[in-house]
Amino acid sequence: MSLRDQVREISAEDARDADAVLVDVRSDEEWKVGHIPEAVHIPMSELGARLPELVPDRARRLVTYCATGRRSLIVLPELDDLGYEDTASMAGGIVAWQNLGFPVESDSALDAEQRERYSRHLLIPEVGEDGQRRLLETRMLLIGAGGLGSPAALYLAAAGVGRIGIVDDDVVDSSNLQRQVLHSTAALGERKARSARRALQELNPDVQVATYEERLTSENVDRILSDGWDLIVDGADNFPTRYLLNDASVWHGVPVVHGSIYRFEGQVTVFKPHEGPCYRCLFPQPPPPELAPSCAEGGVLGVLPGVIGSLQANEALKLALGIGEPAIGRLLLFDALAARLDEVHVRRDPACPVCGEHPTITEYIDYVEFCSAR
Amino acid sequence: MITIRIPPTLRTETEGEATVEASGETVRDLLDDLTGRFPALRERIYPGGELARFVNVYVEGEDVRTREGLETPVADSSTVILLPAMAGGC
Repeated sequence: MSLRDQVREISAEDARDADAVLVDVRSDEEWKVGHIPEAVHIPMSELGARLPELVPDRARRLVTYCATGRRSLIVLPELDDLGYEDTASMAGGIVAWQNLGFPVESDSALDAEQRERYSRHLLIPEVGEDGQRRLLETRMLLIGAGGLGSPAALYLAAAGVGRIGIVDDDVVDSSNLQRQVLHSTAALGERKARSARRALQELNPDVQVATYEERLTSENVDRILSDGWDLIVDGADNFPTRYLLNDASVWHGVPVVHGSIYRFEGQVTVFKPHEGPCYRCLFPQPPPPELAPSCAEGGVLGVLPGVIGSLQANEALKLALGIGEPAIGRLLLFDALAARLDEVHVRRDPACPVCGEHPTITEYIDYVEFCSAR
Repeated sequence: MITIRIPPTLRTETEGEATVEASGETVRDLLDDLTGRFPALRERIYPGGELARFVNVYVEGEDVRTREGLETPVADSSTVILLPAMAGGC
């Protein structure tokens, strides 16, 4: 080591006290494991391309560091060439820094903004940084951006579910706004999927939103499910879609968090293919059409989908985090007027035509016909 | 007497009642008693003394089809729930 190089090295203590920009020149992986708080990170091979933009002031004092102080010393001539006038390398690197007990920050999972945004999750031991990272890597598909889909989507996006897909071909109507809190008066006439995407991205830019402005059908369900979803939140508004989704989810092996509502009452459960019952185990047949009025025909208390959709979001988050007792094999019955939550058991039906021991339905059927037959 | 919960979509058939009392020792007894008083309900869910496939009956939280069907015993303290599927997500 030449005398000149020695002069350009400073101790970790001096680096801490210097009014300098600390430049971490290590790899992305090394940086993620642990780095000095407030330092900037530019891998050494990218210094020439990125440093001038990050630190335009050539008179600014720079202190480079790496793991042990070798790479950070080697890059100094390059900084000279870039025109920086006051540079030094931290001797001993981050190892020396840590040996002195100076703080190191790890962002293997989350950046500073995310740590702030999700701080209330990070404080819960059952979630924590690992759980939050898991949520950010989870992909959830919502069938419907209406009454149930609205609160579910909002809470899932707020929680930092990394990718949310929305299947809905409907447009926002003024009669939706009494309960579909994802949409606003300004969105009247707009496709719900688009209105939903905008609302979710405004709520949380961490979330990627994929939209499918189409109705789920036997023709498109395989394509949509093939986009890779960890779970599905079912907020459909009709039986044919629900039976179609059930069959597809069993065949694709994707759990469905089911919710349904009418007037003052709602139902929630989780269908986990082959581990618990499926929708057909619970309801082998839909009621005749005259006993299956939609909310448009029979009405619904505005807050009810808020309760049920939020319970669905709760189940979805638990499944993604792998915590708690998901409502698999249990159907929760909520009665808003009585303020009562009941529970009944749902068992796998060995004779189920889709998930039973000897399936008789192995490809998509005509679901409209199936649901209108007596 | 045993209290039977009626789902919202079948309340037209029970003159708007959300819960109805009935008596009997088995689910069949209860349904006979209940639908004897509400013939419209009988036609809907219990035609010819057979439980329609689209409606589930729970006694103490268990689907009677996974127990003894219509012969499933009921106690005076039992909670009985009639439940068809609901489609709405709207």
